[in-house]
Amino acid sequence: MIALLLRDLKLALRAGGGFGLGLAFFLIVTVMVPFSVGPESTLLSTIAPGVLWLGALLACLLSLDRLLALDWEDGSLDLLATAPLPLEAVVTIKALAHWITTGLPLVLAAPILGVLLNLSPSGYAALVTSLLLGTPALSVIGTFGAALTVGLKRGGLLLSLLVLPLYVPTLIFGSEAARRGALGMDISTPLLMLAGITAACVALLPFASAAVLRVNLR
Amino acid sequence: MSISSKLNSFWEYANPKKFLATTERVLPVFWILSAAFLAVGLIWGFFFTPDDYRQGSTVKIIYLHVPAALMAINAWLMMLLTSLIWLVRRHHVSALAARAAAPVGAIMTIIALVTGAIWGQPMWGTWWEWDPRLTSFLILFLFYLGYMALWEAIDNPDTAADLTSVLCLVGSVFALLSRYAVNFWNQGLHQGASVMRAGAITGSDTTEKVSNVFFFPLLVCMIGFVLLFIALVLYRTGTEIRARRVNALLARERVGS
Repeated sequence: MIALLLRDLKLALRAGGGFGLGLAFFLIVTVMVPFSVGPESTLLSTIAPGVLWLGALLACLLSLDRLLALDWEDGSLDLLATAPLPLEAVVTIKALAHWITTGLPLVLAAPILGVLLNLSPSGYAALVTSLLLGTPALSVIGTFGAALTVGLKRGGLLLSLLVLPLYVPTLIFGSEAARRGALGMDISTPLLMLAGITAACVALLPFASAAVLRVNLR
Repeated sequence: MSISSKLNSFWEYANPKKFLATTERVLPVFWILSAAFLAVGLIWGFFFTPDDYRQGSTVKIIYLHVPAALMAINAWLMMLLTSLIWLVRRHHVSALAARAAAPVGAIMTIIALVTGAIWGQPMWGTWWEWDPRLTSFLILFLFYLGYMALWEAIDNPDTAADLTSVLCLVGSVFALLSRYAVNFWNQGLHQGASVMRAGAITGSDTTEKVSNVFFFPLLVCMIGFVLLFIALVLYRTGTEIRARRVNALLARERVGS
């Protein structure tokens, strides 16, 4: 399992620059926001938590079609399926690698981009905590979507259509926690709900992903 | 022997031939009944009920709005059930029925959203409001879209049936989750459930409820919509079965020549 994780991490770091792309996308989306809504600092600080959450979510989404497609194309996914490791563990590791290469950098970059959007000082802790709790769910749900569409030639757009509705609860509770934090309110309720969603996704969705992947490998 | 054959009788309809033969017989009945119920319910509702003292005649859109919303949710539940049957028992008719129900459910969702918007404009002063009920219906519509798109995207029918079934199961959980998440996110304008409540019907619940004058034609309309849905799904399932047969015949011909 650790070997697989290391392999995925190395591939993400060394092959094709997939590692930095999500981060760069996050940066560009955040920079585009003031151009579209105007540079008023009060308005920006109101929408900052939501925009940062949405940007992180989209950056996550964009990197999903590479998650399994490369392994599918070169056939290593078939090898992994016949390996002694259960497929459930394989998809969990894949999701973990995706989170480390995409989710974690986003979490770390979010406070810096928060400065650009004039996020209120009380909001940083809430933003980072909510992203830290929420992004694993995004990766696991995304792995399910990637497993569904792995066999398709033009699965990218379909992947977004399938995954975005599944992201709704995570986005609601995550950005609500960040918003409340920015307003200086109590954030424990949305954070607990967010943690619950993440825990349930991590625990249950790998089984669905593995089942779907088995169908696609049939 | 006779007991076991009786117990198995429901699953006999999983045989496409038997299914087609039966639906051909019962379909006209469903068409006529649903047309009759809808005609009676809508004419009764539109022309023979008084205007509401506050809402005027706009209240009458309820005869389309509520049944459509009811079927939008129940169509998804039916897809969930048939998907489970497909995953457990591998009956092709079941998977095709789920596929056949999806566009019908999506249309019902649109009807509910559009009639709601038409009613909301004079009543709430806005076409759209990010109210939990409205929002969750919009999300439900997105789920329908994704489900149908996945069916269309995959060539192998068995793979498509498997993948869409799993998507339906996972999607149901997330749709339910979204339904309650949006409650948390925004308190709404939409009224609570006021048509079907156990307490309201028996009279023990005295909070706001749709008056009987409106309720009875509404009930007729709801029955009409249920019958219409059944008729449409049976009809579309039959079409799917025939389409698959045509494909099989064409494939055989290509191999033969």
